[in-house]
Amino acid sequence: MLRLIPLLPFVGFLINLSLGRRLSKAISGAVACVAMFGAFLVSAWSVWTLVQMPPEARGIVDQIGPWIESGALSVPFTLRLDPLGAVMVLVVTGIGFLIHLYSTAYMHEERDSEYARYFSYLNLFAAFMLVLVLGASFPVMFVGWEGVGLCSYLLIGFWFSKKSASDAGKKAFIVNRIGDFGFLLGMFLVWVTFGTLDFQEVAHKAGQLPPEAVFGTLSIATLLLFVGATGKSAQIPLYVWLPDAMEGPTPVSALIHAATMVTAGVYMIGRNAVLFSHAPETLAVVAGIGVATALMAGTIGLVQNDIKRVLAYSTVSQLGLMFVAMGVGAFGAGIFHLYTHAFFKALLFLGSGAVIHALAGEQDIRKMGGLRRELPVTYWTFLIGSLAIAGVPFLSGFFSKDEILWKAFSGGHTTVWAVAVVASLLTATYMFRLVFFTFHGPRVKAEGHGAADGAIAPHDAHGATAGHGSHLHDAPPAMAVALILLAIGSVAAGYIGFPKVLGGSNQIETFLEPSFAIPGVEVETAKLDSSHAAARPGQASGGGHSAEPTGPAAGEHAATAEEHQPELTLMAFSSGIAIAGIGLAAYFFLRRRDVTDRIAASFAGVHRLLLNKYFVDEAYDAVIVQPIYNLSERGLWKIVDAGMIDGTVNAAGASVTGWSAVLRRLQTGSIRAYALSIFVGVVVILGYYVWR
Amino acid sequence: MVPLEHYLILSAILFATGTIGVFLRRNVITMLLSIEVMLNAANLAFIAFGRTIGSADGQVIMFFVVTVAAAEAAVGLALVIALFRHRETLNPDMFTSLKW
Repeated sequence: MLRLIPLLPFVGFLINLSLGRRLSKAISGAVACVAMFGAFLVSAWSVWTLVQMPPEARGIVDQIGPWIESGALSVPFTLRLDPLGAVMVLVVTGIGFLIHLYSTAYMHEERDSEYARYFSYLNLFAAFMLVLVLGASFPVMFVGWEGVGLCSYLLIGFWFSKKSASDAGKKAFIVNRIGDFGFLLGMFLVWVTFGTLDFQEVAHKAGQLPPEAVFGTLSIATLLLFVGATGKSAQIPLYVWLPDAMEGPTPVSALIHAATMVTAGVYMIGRNAVLFSHAPETLAVVAGIGVATALMAGTIGLVQNDIKRVLAYSTVSQLGLMFVAMGVGAFGAGIFHLYTHAFFKALLFLGSGAVIHALAGEQDIRKMGGLRRELPVTYWTFLIGSLAIAGVPFLSGFFSKDEILWKAFSGGHTTVWAVAVVASLLTATYMFRLVFFTFHGPRVKAEGHGAADGAIAPHDAHGATAGHGSHLHDAPPAMAVALILLAIGSVAAGYIGFPKVLGGSNQIETFLEPSFAIPGVEVETAKLDSSHAAARPGQASGGGHSAEPTGPAAGEHAATAEEHQPELTLMAFSSGIAIAGIGLAAYFFLRRRDVTDRIAASFAGVHRLLLNKYFVDEAYDAVIVQPIYNLSERGLWKIVDAGMIDGTVNAAGASVTGWSAVLRRLQTGSIRAYALSIFVGVVVILGYYVWR
Repeated sequence: MVPLEHYLILSAILFATGTIGVFLRRNVITMLLSIEVMLNAANLAFIAFGRTIGSADGQVIMFFVVTVAAAEAAVGLALVIALFRHRETLNPDMFTSLKW
């Protein structure tokens, strides 16, 4: 049954691939959407079945068949659904379906064949992503891992006739390949160390080892796997591809480069939680990289002017926070944030897509402004998404982000916590900078939207009709539905992780707990999660002042209000941070833009540094790309290839030509000369034998 | 009985005559005739050897050679006729277009 989940989108891909040219837009769009919706229904049904099982034994396995059999290596092609996978398949199919729906309207100006090509890629992506999520072993996951990379490349470069788009696609693919190389090496090391590649067996064997006190094999293996995660999930040092990936169509940015694919790295660490828990050195690195990325991307996001790029850096920053959660051992909190982030970031991207759509390809927020009245649906949904990501209380982002910050603080990672708080402040600020620039303030009457440099080519034609008129059209129905559903999700999604201190039960973490534990061993406090040791099955309902008892409230939680005091304080503190961030944005970007400009002018150096993204692309270009380019051109091409390899071949040819020029003189055409040479030859040979 | 050496000497003289004819004559038909002479020199040597050792092998080989020579003469003369039709000459030095 599980195999249907990736199979349905794959069938959709095959249909649009083979028949797409002949199908009208309505049909090819419908095929793709129906395939996704079918996958969603199957996923929901499977997850429902899963939830019915007892918490310790939750798992559905679908053995499709043997795959790689070679000596001691045996990798069957097996799909497995467990609580972690359940969260992921629901996110991928659910949000994926909404984005497919949105795309039917967003891509409507494409030609029929392009439209079908778009949807075939999108379906193929979904199929691979679901294989990634459901794969029960490293190689099966790797199939999905590489497949989504391919689809990401295809979709970033969807408008391949535009050079920047095809360049961005190549950049994404190549940078991802670097990470994948690390992932492969890590996989090999896991195989050598444990003799198996199945996630559960690896976790089981790793669980029997003591945590690695000093840097050793486990640390190396997990670090290599983490290199793969940095590539896929856009962390330092491999994050550079994600902002460029915004060249793709906006729904693609929402689906692949915000909600699903880029979270694969986080998911992979969660999937190998036991392995990573046994390598504290790696966890420290993960947390460090995560928080550094969160801060760096946040500062860049503060000054960018392209609406999608701001969101891209925001994604990088939020992924950094997820890695912080992973690094401090709060795997549940990380996955929780992944899940809520999928809602509000997809919403924000789709909202930005609606803005771009309405403005006929304009992406520069300085040329927007005052769109609040003209695009009400977009405005309100975008606002909800921004509030959620900023961490305003009682929206989804608040719960998950606060959980991460609390776990970081309570785990004793005070420095990480402090930096993460700064990153959260930045998040609130740049998100509301975006909102204020785009939707508030005076309406900028831009001259010729279509000709703007950031314009997406296919929308140019559209601009002629919609862009110049004073009337802008709000999101068409298919887009509006997706926006509204995601906005509802952005508000409500957090409540399944309602924290215990506020009287909830944090069901998602209880639900996910078995996935991070050693299979077969009772879920226990072996986890690094020290603060909520009570989160074991049977004691799920948490705090003493729990208002509504959910789940089997067997044990009475001993915690008192005093013990909750620090967590509540922190919660209030981070809410304050979020509101402060919004306030800062309101002051600087809504009220007093002159002050902002003056500050930017007086710190011109810093401003330029941020505007140019710390010159990281330039640095990579100078340190890595140019040397390789020069070595390739001057050394490998001009000397080795043209000089040595071509030289050898050419010399062989030239020597044949030269010798031929000499030897062909022997071919006189005179019969008697030939006869004479035959005669002389016979005489010489006979003479040799006679006189020998 | 005529000793073997005499036959061989005659054979050598015939062979040399034929060879010289092939090299020196300027007529393709004459060259073919010279080749026949060379072949028959060899035949003579075979028969002489066969008679000396009392074996029929030499004669058997001679028959083969005569047969092959007949075929060769047929093909050769056909070629000569074709060449003559083409070039109106039988001088082999005129047929040098197959050179570099």
